[in-house]
Amino acid sequence: MAFRPLLTRKTLACAAGLGSNGGIATSFRGLQTFTLPDLPYDYGALQPAISGEIMQLHHQKHHQAYVTNYNKALEQLHDAISKGDAPAVVKLQSAIKFNGGGHVNHSIFWKNLAPIQEGGGEPPKGSLGWAIDNDFGSLDALVQKMNAEGAALQGSGWVWLSVDKELKKLVVETTSNQDPLVTKGPSLVPLIGIDVWEHAYYLQYKNVRPDYLKNIWKVINWKYASEVYEKECP
Amino acid sequence: MALRTIASRKTLAALGSGLRAQARLATAAAGAYSRGLVTFSLPDLPYDYGALEPAISAEIMQLHHQKHHQTYVTNYNKAVEQLVDAMAKGDAPAVAKLQSAIKFNGGGHINHSLFWQNLTPIHEGGGEPPKGLLGWAIDTDFGSLEALVQKMNAEGAALQGSGWVWLGLDKDFKKLVVETTANQDPLVTKGANLVPLIGIDVWEHAYYLQYKNVKPDYLKNIWKVINWKYASELYEKECP
Repeated sequence: MAFRPLLTRKTLACAAGLGSNGGIATSFRGLQTFTLPDLPYDYGALQPAISGEIMQLHHQKHHQAYVTNYNKALEQLHDAISKGDAPAVVKLQSAIKFNGGGHVNHSIFWKNLAPIQEGGGEPPKGSLGWAIDNDFGSLDALVQKMNAEGAALQGSGWVWLSVDKELKKLVVETTSNQDPLVTKGPSLVPLIGIDVWEHAYYLQYKNVRPDYLKNIWKVINWKYASEVYEKECP
Repeated sequence: MALRTIASRKTLAALGSGLRAQARLATAAAGAYSRGLVTFSLPDLPYDYGALEPAISAEIMQLHHQKHHQTYVTNYNKAVEQLVDAMAKGDAPAVAKLQSAIKFNGGGHINHSLFWQNLTPIHEGGGEPPKGLLGWAIDTDFGSLEALVQKMNAEGAALQGSGWVWLGLDKDFKKLVVETTANQDPLVTKGANLVPLIGIDVWEHAYYLQYKNVKPDYLKNIWKVINWKYASELYEKECP
């Protein structure tokens, strides 16, 4: 399936003049809202690593809810900013981070996965493969580390392989809930994110998160991760 | 099924030298630490796994009890042993490092132990509204039972990530409160005077097999099996 664009432009009327609390309200720009990206493969294409039922719920229900609620929060934020309502602006940050993070994280996640017949699970070659050996010793060592951290994560969250674009080093990190990787460091660029929220695996793997982690590597899209890596470390 | 006691006593041998323990830190003089250690075991449910259907499926109850709660018990016991060991050695970094596992697994055991008692089959009174003092306090503090339920459902639905929604009693102010906690944090982490009366698990494992992503449906239905009798007992103990 072709990607639909992630963004649609929606322009609101400009406002000018002074805000109610004396702050200067300049004319501000329109608001970009977001749409659910299509998956680049069918819901059943990642079986048996991840079931078709999970993929469909995860995409059509969970990710869609993040998109919907992110757009809603953005509109409310836009409104609060235009009114100079600072308490409302601050209050909205939680919804912005959670739903915006959910949209950002899941958009990456769908690209991190690929059917086996399209290269899912094929180990990384080129400069990313070399960097993994350099920074972790081997691909197996990296996988063990990510699986251990993913299994140990308390509650909901993500486990990440990232590149620190300043230090040009690979890093394994975890984030809670829908916090994007950048909340752990502004120089961190996500290469691979693995969702360890229970909704990502429970219907298939029940409480046995380690089995999910063991199996997901069969459909990890290392080609995409390499592209992202080579963009930061050419 | 009768409740097995939650704790069994396991006493380890006292440190050989008796009163003196070696301290790793230059500045600290560690006191003696005799190795009396209480370990915990999974409490039995007071009803069958299928007894809360259709509100909560038997499949969920069995996994939730035998896998999730058991894991918290196992890992809590492990963490406490490591903690006692680290304390005996005066290993402060290790003690600090273990707090996360203690809170998470100990909290998980505490929270789930209460949860099983917060639920009861319909034919044993599940869902029957509270009478007496607790019923009156709910009307006073929330307006009505419906209002309380709406409030808890809204907060439970809005909770980001994993956690619990609580009806608690502030035992100092003698007031009922609705609170949420993240992950396995017990209610007391939100206030030392807070006594949990009812906790509702909103981790995805508590409902996903049956309700999928529709957490609000789970919250709507769980009230049919809430054990208000038990909550009233807890309330009347604090507010006689």
